[in-house]
Parts: sequence; C-alpha cells; structure tokens
Amino acid sequence: MSVAILKIWRGSARDAGRFERYEVPFEEGQSVLDGLRWLRISKDPTLALRFSCINANACKECMIGLDGETVYACTARLEPREMTLTPLPNKKLIRDLVTEIAPPSERLA
Amino acid sequence: MDPIAIDTDVLVVGSGAAGLYAAIEAARAGAAVFIADRSLIGRGGATVMAQMTVAAALGEEVPDDPRAHFADTIAAGRGLCDEKLAQLLCEEAPDCIRELDGWGVGWARRNGHIAATTAPGHDRPRCVYVDFINTGPAVSKTLRKEIARKAAIRKAGDLCIVDLVVRDGEVAGAVGYHVGSGAPVTIAAKATVLATGGLTRMFRRNSASANMGGDGYALALRAGCTLIDMEFVQFFPIGHLAPRLVGMDPIMWDPFRYKLGGRLLNGSMEEFTSTYGSDEDGKYVLPRDLATYAIVKEVEAGRGSPHGGAYLSFQHCSAQSLRSAFGPVIDRLAANHIDLTTMPVEVAPIAHYHMGGVKADATMATELPGLFVAGEVVGGTNGANRLSGNAITEALVFGRRAGKSAAARVKQAARRQVRPQDAAAALDLVRADTSEKASNTAANTAAMIARLQSIMADDVGPFRTGIKLRRALAAIAELAGELGDRPPRRAAAFDLERLEWFDLRNMLTVARAVAAAAEQRTESRGAHQREDFPHSLPHWRLHQSVTMKSGELIIAHPPLEGEGRTAEGSSGWGASAAPLSPPPGPLTRADLPPPGGGDAKANV
Repeated sequence: MSVAILKIWRGSARDAGRFERYEVPFEEGQSVLDGLRWLRISKDPTLALRFSCINANACKECMIGLDGETVYACTARLEPREMTLTPLPNKKLIRDLVTEIAPPSERLA
Repeated sequence: MDPIAIDTDVLVVGSGAAGLYAAIEAARAGAAVFIADRSLIGRGGATVMAQMTVAAALGEEVPDDPRAHFADTIAAGRGLCDEKLAQLLCEEAPDCIRELDGWGVGWARRNGHIAATTAPGHDRPRCVYVDFINTGPAVSKTLRKEIARKAAIRKAGDLCIVDLVVRDGEVAGAVGYHVGSGAPVTIAAKATVLATGGLTRMFRRNSASANMGGDGYALALRAGCTLIDMEFVQFFPIGHLAPRLVGMDPIMWDPFRYKLGGRLLNGSMEEFTSTYGSDEDGKYVLPRDLATYAIVKEVEAGRGSPHGGAYLSFQHCSAQSLRSAFGPVIDRLAANHIDLTTMPVEVAPIAHYHMGGVKADATMATELPGLFVAGEVVGGTNGANRLSGNAITEALVFGRRAGKSAAARVKQAARRQVRPQDAAAALDLVRADTSEKASNTAANTAAMIARLQSIMADDVGPFRTGIKLRRALAAIAELAGELGDRPPRRAAAFDLERLEWFDLRNMLTVARAVAAAAEQRTESRGAHQREDFPHSLPHWRLHQSVTMKSGELIIAHPPLEGEGRTAEGSSGWGASAAPLSPPPGPLTRADLPPPGGGDAKANV
C-alpha cells in the first residue's frame, strides 16, 4: 500500500512548535483534507484543523500552507510523498494548523 | 475562568440564510442582535453549499401563482405537510426573492425577467438561480453584506452554543463556549432564534458541513420543545459516488441535470427507472424519494454500478454544449480526470436534508416563549418529502418571519438576566477544569462520529426495517455510554475533541429521535421507507412528535396541522378552503394525487 507522509506543524505558539510526521494511506484522487480527517479518526484526534464543508470548496475555511504555498486542504491533492503542512504564516496562530481567519467584526474577541 | 457575558435583545444561533435574514429583520424592527455560529459567520452550514435553485412563484417568465407552488409542495409532502407553514413559504417567497434582488444578489435574467428553471416536482419553471453552482454562495455573501451595514448586529463565529437557558418556562438566552480559547460564554436575550440547519452529518455519505449535526433539534428538545416528523430524512438520489472528485459538492449533478437532462443508467448501461413506475425519458423529472427508491432497488437486484450506485451519463452531449453550459466546471472535472463526453459518472443516494424538526407556528414561535426557529430546523413544512428548491426559500421566508416575531417579543418582554442558577448545569459542562486530575475521556471522538455515521447509514438510511432500527437504537445507546456525561476536562485552543464531544452529545440524542420515530412508523411514506411495511397506510397520515422527559424520549401522535379545516373554517389553502381559482398554466387541483394513503405514489 502506498502512503503519503504528512509532516505537520504542531503547537500553540510560533516559536514553540514542532513537526510531527504521520503516514496516511494514499489513494489516487484524494485530497489533503481527506488525509487529515483520516489521521484524526485513525491516529491522532488531538490535531487541530479548521474545515466546514469538507469537499465542496464553498466554505473556504481549510486554508493551510502546503510545502510553503497557501492552498485549500480540500482541493490540494494528497500525493505519495512527504508533504509539509503548516499554519498560514500571515494570520494569528490558534493551534496546529488553525489560524484566525475571520474578519475582526465577526469574532467574539 | 469567568464566563464572557453577552447581553442582547435577540440571539440568533446559526448564520446561514435563515439566521442572517432573521438578524436583518430583527434589526430593522429596532432590536439589538447577536449572531453566534459554531463555524465562521456565513461560511458553514447548508446555504453556502447550495448550488442552484430557489423556488418562488414570481411569474416573471411564465404566469405563476403561490397557490400552484403550494399545491406542488403539498403533493411532494405525501400528505404530511403542515399546511400553514407551507402556505407561508409559498406566499412570501416572491417578496424575499425580490428583496434579495434589491440587495444585489444577481438573480440570473433572461429578456429582463428573472429567469426560472423547472425542478423535479414543480409544474412549471419556478426555480430562480444566480449561477449554475454558485447560488448559495451569492445568497450568503449578499446577506453578510447587509449584516455588515447594520450597527445593531454583532456577530461571532467559533462560538459553540451548548444549551439554551430556560427561566420560569421561558427561554432567556444560551450558554456556550468560544472554540478558539475554550472560554465559557453566557448570552442573555429576550428572544432567541434557532437557525442551526439540519442533521445530515449523522450519515456516512452526506452533503453536510461539519456543523450540521442536528444541534438545534437537541437544544430545543432539552429545553422542553416538541420535535415532529423526525423519521423523515431526505436522501438526494444522485450524489456523486465515483470517481473521486475533490473541490465539488457531491450534489453537483443536480444543475447538470437541470440544464442537460442526462441519462440515469444501471450497471448494464440500461435505463431502469421505468421498472419502478417512473419513466425519466432523458428529462430530470423524478421526485427525490422515487429516484432514491429506484437506484437502491436496482443496486439490491445486482444491477448497480461498480461502486454500488447508478451511472449518470452525459455522453450524448457534445463537448461544446457541456462547455457552454458549465464552462469552468468542465475544467475542474478535467482536473479530476473526468471527461463527460467519453464516460459516465457513478451516483448514489446521499443524506441531504431533514424534513423533521422543531414544532412551530406560522409566526415561527415554538411552544417555549422566547424561542423561535427558522430554516431547516423547523419541522413539518415539507411533510414526508421536500420539493426541490424549497430549502433556501424556507431559510429566507422563515428567517425573515422569525426575525420579525423575535423583535415583536423584544418590545413586550422585560430584560432578564441569565441568573447563575439558570445556567449552572450548562456552565458546569463547558467550564474546563485544568486542576482536576481526572484525565480526558479515552474515547476518540472523531472515530465515534464515524461510527455513528455508519450506524445511521446502514440501519437508519433510506430503507429501514424494525430489526435494523432496533439494532441502531442499541448501538446508539452503546455510543452514548462510551461518551459519558462529561466532556474532556482539558480544553486546548481549538480543541476539536472537546467540540466533537458536544457535537456527539447532540448527535446521539437526535439520532435516537430519528431511529425511534422511524421504528414506530410501521408504514412507508415519502423519505421513510420500511421494507417490512412497504405500503403507505391511511391511518398513518399523521405526525409523530418527540419530547424529552428526564433524558427519555417520548413519542406521541398529535393531530395533523392544517387539519383545523374542520372547526376553524380555516382561511388557509388546505383542502377545505375555498376552491383554488385555477392558477394560470396547466395545473388544476384535480390533477393532484389525493393526499395520504390513497396516493399511489406514496406506496413506492
């Protein structure tokens, strides 16, 4: 079975994070979000990520960094290689892959 | 951590079209509004995922009448629609569509008229749209823009509402927590509007977003409201199945069929719906319950497509006609290695919409003073089967009405605090306790949700039996035991395990309500099909209600709404009301199947 290796940035502060590596099963056609959701169900439910519509690319909530480029996790393809996933660099970090992406007027505080 | 305390006139929970419209209307009537959403404002939920059609009898291109829309809605509902709610939906739809037009939503136009298409189950072109796949996003964006212009409306995403606060039998606000920080939040409100959408996330294959786990039903049930028609979950017959297709909603073939027809074929590439009494003839006319039935039965007979569905083929369409109809979508398909001119795709039923919900009157008031509902969370409007195009419509119409009713209550209700004793139980749940040595639950909540989705898909799906449903109820109870009655104590920032614990608390309650009501209904009707009771029975032409007492669910049979025809001399559009002046166009009342058990269509 071929696998994708997800190297995921984990942590709650930019200067106190670490990368963790996970192997997830690779299936042709899957998205990076498919891999991340499999990972939470099968290996590590503590991973924080933001998504809502899952596959429609309508909610635009799943933006992350993939090998340094900003992508939607739901449309970026999973590939059978090492893929480096990071939180968006220009947004306030909340934890792991989650950043504050809502406009200030749509936040609690 | 002290709770963050918010005080408002109207609390709106949910920011799809129903919640946003409710907020706009309440603010217009002078109320201060606070919108809370478990996801981000205007991004999660069903509205933003809606692709094309919104039903409204505008009559711009061909003559139409809300009464004809009503007749189609009632016929689709298989004898169970709450006629007062259905009447409100059809009557006020044109007004809401025009108001959105004024706000610049950009309804598609032909020759200066708002263009309409004919969706399955409608007797004429009645469904307006912005674009073939972007109607929902346009509606959401337009309403968000209106919200932003009103200083009286505050809003916050990443805010999970955990329980309503009931004080002296009235809803006085809610308790929740901020997902980002874990901070507890109390919201005092004179009126609360639930606009939380549906429950289809409970099923393995669904068209839901992550915040559609039925939370509004559970909030209302725990607060003391009645739910009705919970057994009626609509499956969209032609959800995308294979090949794997990313970046598109699985409902995407709906607009393709509106524009190009397409052919539904079995594993041997033969047309098959006529076998089940429903000839499609290359047109998109089959109601959702009938199409779902035909596909599932064909698969059961060993004539399905390789992945267990049916083929949908557009191979008879030229590359040019596909390109001119769907432009950039054709490129997205190509990126997924799908060329419709040379290959069919596979489709299968997918959980799409919930007909059941919170019992409300035509002002959107629930039985609890201070609590209103809007959109998919409302029960009864669509009976046993929703007509295509009525979902965004009900979000708009009911949202606007709920906002108006909530604002009216604000004017007469005294401001009331959320007292500590009213909120104690909920605050105790949301308060993370880092000092306690009790560790987190060992349960993997993400895996538990996946297990629930399998239980619901396998045993509470479109085709049910008493044995399957009782097995599901036992499995749901087992999951509830594993979940326990305390969330994880730790609260990390954006802690999905904790969020999923609260989701599961709601989902398991609602799953139980759906399975229990389905087990009780020993007949088949619309979206509820019992293999052990395959016929629609006249004595089952009634709603089932679900209430909660000391954690137990109680199922009862209240009389059908709109049957007030007898005593009230109803001014409504129900069967005993004055005869319809015939709507322009081909439909007359006599063309409609009789409601209820005599309806041959309801037997399938």
